[in-house]
Formats: sequence, structure tokens, C-alpha cells
Amino acid sequence: MLQKGDAAPDFTLYTTPDQTIRLNELAGKKVILAFYPADWSPVCGDQMALYNEMLKYFQKYNAQILGISVDSKWCHMAFSEARKLHFPLLADFEPKGAVARSYGVYDAKEGECQRALFVMDEHHIIQWSYLSPVGINPGADGILDALEEMANSPVS
Amino acid sequence: MAHKLRPMVSGNDHIQGLAGAPLELVEYGDYQCPHCGRAYPIIKRIQEEMGKDLKFVFRNFPLSEAHPQAFPAAVAAEAAARQGAFWAMHDIIFENQELLESEEMPFVEFAQKLGLDIQKFEQDLEDPKLAEKVDDDFTSGVRSGVNGTPGFFINGNRYDGSWEENVLLAQLKAVLAKG
Repeated sequence: MLQKGDAAPDFTLYTTPDQTIRLNELAGKKVILAFYPADWSPVCGDQMALYNEMLKYFQKYNAQILGISVDSKWCHMAFSEARKLHFPLLADFEPKGAVARSYGVYDAKEGECQRALFVMDEHHIIQWSYLSPVGINPGADGILDALEEMANSPVS
Repeated sequence: MAHKLRPMVSGNDHIQGLAGAPLELVEYGDYQCPHCGRAYPIIKRIQEEMGKDLKFVFRNFPLSEAHPQAFPAAVAAEAAARQGAFWAMHDIIFENQELLESEEMPFVEFAQKLGLDIQKFEQDLEDPKLAEKVDDDFTSGVRSGVNGTPGFFINGNRYDGSWEENVLLAQLKAVLAKG
């Protein structure tokens, strides 16, 4: 798993059936990359729903959040619409899990991303990463702590 | 990652029970969340069972995108609090949670049932300070590591276990026994 100080590997992934996002296109923005196992988890207030409520907090820190799982772009579209999500979900679908592997957070046994968080600065150097125990939604306090710390110690 | 309640419970909170109770259970809840609705009677029974040993605190954690009436409901409870009726409003909302699924907001009707001063209640609903209070609760929840609703803290530590009655009760008793 990539750690603080590592450069975040670039990627280009589908976010909707006709739209891709490339990490490097977000240069100048902090990026929160939230790997998660699968769309359609059955609880309300799940991880993505929580982040959806927090977009204004992330914006305050000039940070863009991206959710990422091995679900397909069509699955993401349906999930986003159903949960009214207002941030991109990326499909690490083909080759399956390639981006998760490059960040060291692919669970080959389940064929899913692990639940892992990366917060990177404007130059896309990872400043904080966290692997959550299976089945536990990590919440957002770690992300906010990392963003706050970066805001308090500007990049030289 | 240790998840600690921050800020600690203070006079700004809505508290049931004795200030000096050895057990403090904090719930971050959403009035329109069905799981919170199911937790409501469980908490009532646990409060009854634990008696003077337990103080219960409710903080707002409305997931507004998922539950459009959750935020207005939280503001309604805060408005009722200005007339000393926070818990009465809290209870009546959870006991009639299905009414939050309609387009009409039932809060003025609830206030009438509770005998509140309706003119004052309606004025307070518009007071941005109350929306701010709800936002502050939400922020404190995020900072404390709330990851869904209902989110519980026992004596300041996030509780990740089941909140089924027997499990939560056993946990509280275990914490109490440890002192």
C-alpha cells in the first residue's frame, strides 16, 4: 500500500458511460481517493453517502473526492442516481482492479478493492493513507484531519 | 484510528439523566433514518433498565441528501428546545417517523400536539442560528468519526458493535463494571 511521500500513480478511468477522469487533469487540486469494495452496500449512511454530505467541507480545502471500485460505469451510474451522489465514482473495471493494484489495495481473493483512503496534495504526492478493517466504514475524520494538517503546513 | 467524541458533552447538548452518571451514551442520529427509528425504542428501554447510571445525549447527524426531511426535523427539535420541549419533539418525531415520508412537513402539527407556542415555534424554525446548531452537530460527528446513523459513543469512545438491545445493554454494563 502506498504511503505518505509516495507519488500517486496517474490513471484514466470511466466515471460515466461516456466520460473519463484522469488524475493528472486534477493538478492544482488536492485529491481524496476512496477505494471501496462495491456499490449497493445495504446500509443507509454508508461510506459514499457520508462523503456525499461532506462535499462542502472538502471544497473548503480545495479537495476533490473520487470514489473508486471495480464496479462498471453502468453500475456506478445507477448507484449514483439512486443515492443522489454528487461526486464521481470511477470504474476500475478493465483491466479489473489495475488502479487498486498500483496503489497496493486490491483484494485478489474477493476480486474487489479494499476499503482504503488516500489524501494527496496539489502535486499529487500522497500525504495520508489509511486501510480500514474489512466491513468498517472509516468515516471521514481521518480525511479532514489530513486536509487540515496540509492547510496548516503549506507545501514549500 | 481511535475515534473519540469531540467536543465532549457540554451544556450545549441535549441531555437526559443525571450529569454525574457514570455512563454516557451519545447518539448521532437522523430523524428520517429508519435505523435510528428502530434504535429509538431500544434506547428508551435501555434508559429504563440502566436508570440513574446512564445519561443519554442526542446530537444531530442529518444525511440530507438521502433524507430530505432529516434536516428540517432536526431544526424543529431545536426550535422546540427553545420552549423546553426538545425531548418531547424528539420523541414525537421518531414515534411518527413514517409521516416524514410525505411531502408535507408535520412539525407544526407536532408542535400543536405538544402545546407549544406556535407563533414562536414558526419564528424559531426560520432562525439561522438553529440551522447552524444542527450543522455544528454534524461537523462534530464527522470529526468524531461518525460513519453512519445511528452512531454511538460510550463514555467518549466510538462504539462499533451492534446496537441490538441485549448487545448494547451488555456493553454498557461491562463498561460500568470496569468503572
